[in-house]
Amino acid sequence: MTVSVADWFSEAANWAFLIIALPTLFAGWRTVSANNIVRAVLYLVVALAGTAALFFMLGAPFVGWTVVLVYIGAVIILFLIGIMITRAPLGVETELSHPAKVRIPVGLLSVVLFGVIAYATVDSFSNTMLEPFEPTATADLSNLLYSRWVIPFEVVSLVLLAALIGGITLARRDDPEDRR
Amino acid sequence: MTITQFVLVATALFSLGLYGVITRRNAVLVLASVELMLAAVNLNMVSFDTYLQDQLHAGQMMSLFIIALAAAEVGIGIAIILMIYRNLHTADVDELNRMKG
Amino acid sequence: MNLLATIIPQIILATEEGGHAEEAAHAIVPGITSGALVEWAWLIPVVPLVAAFLIVFFGRKSPFKGWLMAELSIGFVAVYGTVLFVLNATQGIVYEGQVEIARIGELTLEWGWMVDGLSIMMYFLVGVVGLLVFTYAKSYMHGDIRFTWFFASFSLFAGGMLVLVASPNMIQLIVGWELVGVASYLLIGHYWEDLTNVDAANTAFMVNKVADAGLFLGVIIMAVSVGSFRFNDVIDVVVHGEEGALSQYAFWAGLLIFIGAMGKSAQFPLHIWLPDAMAGPTPVSALMHAATMVTAGVYLLGRLFPFYIDPSGLFGGDVRNIIIVIGGITLFLMGFLAVVQDDLKKVLAYSTVSQLGYMVAAMGAGAYTAGLFHLFTHAFFKALLFLAAGSIIHAVHSNNMVDMGGLRKKMPITFWTFVMGTLALVGIFPFAGFFSKDEILASIRYAGESGQEVANLILFLGIAGAFLTAFYMMRLVALTFFGTYKGHAKPHESPKMMVYPMIGLAFFALTAGWVNIPGVYTGFTTWVATREPLTGMGDHHSESFDWTLVAITSAVVATSLVIAWLLYGKDADTQSERDRFRIPGLWPLFQNLYYIPSFYMRAIVRPIMGPMANAVLWFDMHVIDAVVNGVGAGSVVFARVVRATDEDVVDTVYNATAAATGASGSVLRKAVSGRVQQYAAFSFIGVLVIVVLFIVF
Repeated sequence: MTVSVADWFSEAANWAFLIIALPTLFAGWRTVSANNIVRAVLYLVVALAGTAALFFMLGAPFVGWTVVLVYIGAVIILFLIGIMITRAPLGVETELSHPAKVRIPVGLLSVVLFGVIAYATVDSFSNTMLEPFEPTATADLSNLLYSRWVIPFEVVSLVLLAALIGGITLARRDDPEDRR
Repeated sequence: MTITQFVLVATALFSLGLYGVITRRNAVLVLASVELMLAAVNLNMVSFDTYLQDQLHAGQMMSLFIIALAAAEVGIGIAIILMIYRNLHTADVDELNRMKG
Repeated sequence: MNLLATIIPQIILATEEGGHAEEAAHAIVPGITSGALVEWAWLIPVVPLVAAFLIVFFGRKSPFKGWLMAELSIGFVAVYGTVLFVLNATQGIVYEGQVEIARIGELTLEWGWMVDGLSIMMYFLVGVVGLLVFTYAKSYMHGDIRFTWFFASFSLFAGGMLVLVASPNMIQLIVGWELVGVASYLLIGHYWEDLTNVDAANTAFMVNKVADAGLFLGVIIMAVSVGSFRFNDVIDVVVHGEEGALSQYAFWAGLLIFIGAMGKSAQFPLHIWLPDAMAGPTPVSALMHAATMVTAGVYLLGRLFPFYIDPSGLFGGDVRNIIIVIGGITLFLMGFLAVVQDDLKKVLAYSTVSQLGYMVAAMGAGAYTAGLFHLFTHAFFKALLFLAAGSIIHAVHSNNMVDMGGLRKKMPITFWTFVMGTLALVGIFPFAGFFSKDEILASIRYAGESGQEVANLILFLGIAGAFLTAFYMMRLVALTFFGTYKGHAKPHESPKMMVYPMIGLAFFALTAGWVNIPGVYTGFTTWVATREPLTGMGDHHSESFDWTLVAITSAVVATSLVIAWLLYGKDADTQSERDRFRIPGLWPLFQNLYYIPSFYMRAIVRPIMGPMANAVLWFDMHVIDAVVNGVGAGSVVFARVVRATDEDVVDTVYNATAAATGASGSVLRKAVSGRVQQYAAFSFIGVLVIVVLFIVF
């Protein structure tokens, strides 16, 4: 089912979408262009939060909360720790990106990429509306996870275990006894 | 709500993330840009899941896995950056040109 | 028994005293013309050849170092041959199996196997005599360093001979002909450490090669004229008396093929190789140079017999005069040479050449049966004589009669078997040679009476030859077995494996003649006549003994034996004292073998080795080398030009390419900066391109 542009703007949900999406995009833009490193990371928080909100809008509350908890809760913390440990210049404005000589071609590349995919999308789906949907019940998700998706689930848990061990091993300071 | 609007947002975020990966000098910020790209992908997944009304919710399951793996990846990535910092005393990716040929 | 049923009435109806049966009335109806027995007869030549091959590769590790494989293969041939022989005698077999191999224009190349009277006789001979000789050879060659190779070559010979006698077409005959030539070369040169043996092998091969030129030309003329290589096709043309290409060139074809036969059957003047061939081991002399290989020439004449008997007068009839003359000269002249030899095997060798002369003379007289009958009997008693000679040589460790004497008491079995062989050779009733030699002389006499005038002279030579045969054999027996032992070894009788074959052959030497007794039983005649064409071979054979001839010959032989005994029988201190008789005036001629070998040496061999070789060398050095050097000098000049081009032109190109590569390299190197983000950028550009491509197309 398609929708015309005029009708699209008349739906309240779409306005809500715009209110969420635009800041998300802005925050994404600032993440990659800010010269203050902490601010860049914090802008990432906003972008991630925006995607979480969009998830809610798409009727995937569980995924949305997972994004909040894992991404914003843990990953961002990791980033901040990383900034701290590598003694990045905090609070000061420094050149955190390559000079314009690099930025402009890359920017062009990004724009072109966006254009191509956007064109493909619009060409394929144009004004197709989403069917009315119920938010996904977490119980359904959990049933699926432990039945249909149990193997990826197990594999991912192994990956996390490996990452855990790997991370610890990598980041361990050499003990004095290893330095003989 | 159309499917297009969500996909366009995801595409834009992806492109921004790509820009950041190539442009940023600090290794941590490169990782952050990668995170942005992954988030965009998640958004794509879930939008299509809703669009297709998938009974198996493949999209949502995929995005859960992606989140978990992204977290693991960031953990390892930060550990690696830490190691690099310990050896080279810098987190600037321009300094990491040992494979120059 | 239906064959006898057709013949006996003829015998009864013959009214002439000592008459001769006209053959046209005989129509031989063969009983077997198909069936598994004849269809599988292709195995007969193949089994020994396969055995030869296997022995070469696996002989050393196999039981008895390859002898067993050889023995089994020749045993197979003996059994199969005997079965065919018996069945041919009782029922008659005519069969020709073919497999086409190739086509050249209108001529076809085939591999085939003849199973008719003539071929079956040869299968039987090669098989039975071969089996006995192979058995003998195991003991004789014991301890020889090339034991395995010997049996491989021997099996190769057996296979080659069987290919030869099995061949229904001339090309396969030539294949077999050459195979036995190769085997002969290998076996004569078995003890190649001694250069004289090598020379003997070369002589045999070269002389045969000279004769083969005639054979090849003759075959070509015949085959092209008739349009086929098959013998029966040629005979067809002859029997039907068709005028055409063949009749035009028949004389030359017949003569040339006879020249080929002369080489293999050692006829004068191509006889020199056979005595030299005695350099090979005695089993080889027994089987090849007495019983089988040398008979290939006679076989060939027999195979093409209708061509030579030539009822219509259009074909090879004129060649027969040449054939009979050559045969007569051979049998006579070689007899003298046998008298003057001191080497035991050389006496037997010249005897063999002489007997081959008898066979060839018979063929020339138009006596198909007589020639083949003598071939048949001669195979047995000559092989026997050679094996016995080998037994003696083995015991006294010498070939020369100087070292012999008085062996009668020390080697009794050898003595008695040798005597039986001698009696057969000389032609004493009731031994085999009596009947076969008598038949030849009778046929020659008949030919003389029927219009072939030269045959009368040959008859005289034949009777004189009988005198000589008895003479030299008695000399041999007297010097070897009687008197006292003059040598230095301790002779004793040979081991069983050598003695039993000799006894077996002695049995045949006694009985083989009884298959063709004129007036009583002439089975052999029909056996060898059982072939295409089925109206008999057009030769004339006696219905009873020619008693006049028998009387004359017996008297001559008896006289000769007595004279020889008187001359050589007495003992003396050395053999040379016993061997005192010298034929007056002619002795040096005989000693030097009529100066023929030295003539060949001076006239042919030395000019080729000497002046001709020098001329060729001069040509090579001055003419050919000049050309080669000229080419070389030209190449040098060319090379200089090339180098100049190389340096100026080519090198410039290379240098420019290298410089361009270097320059582009220094530019492109910037792409490999070690900066990961750069790599990422490029890969995403690539992704972009692919996506665009997917969308657009």
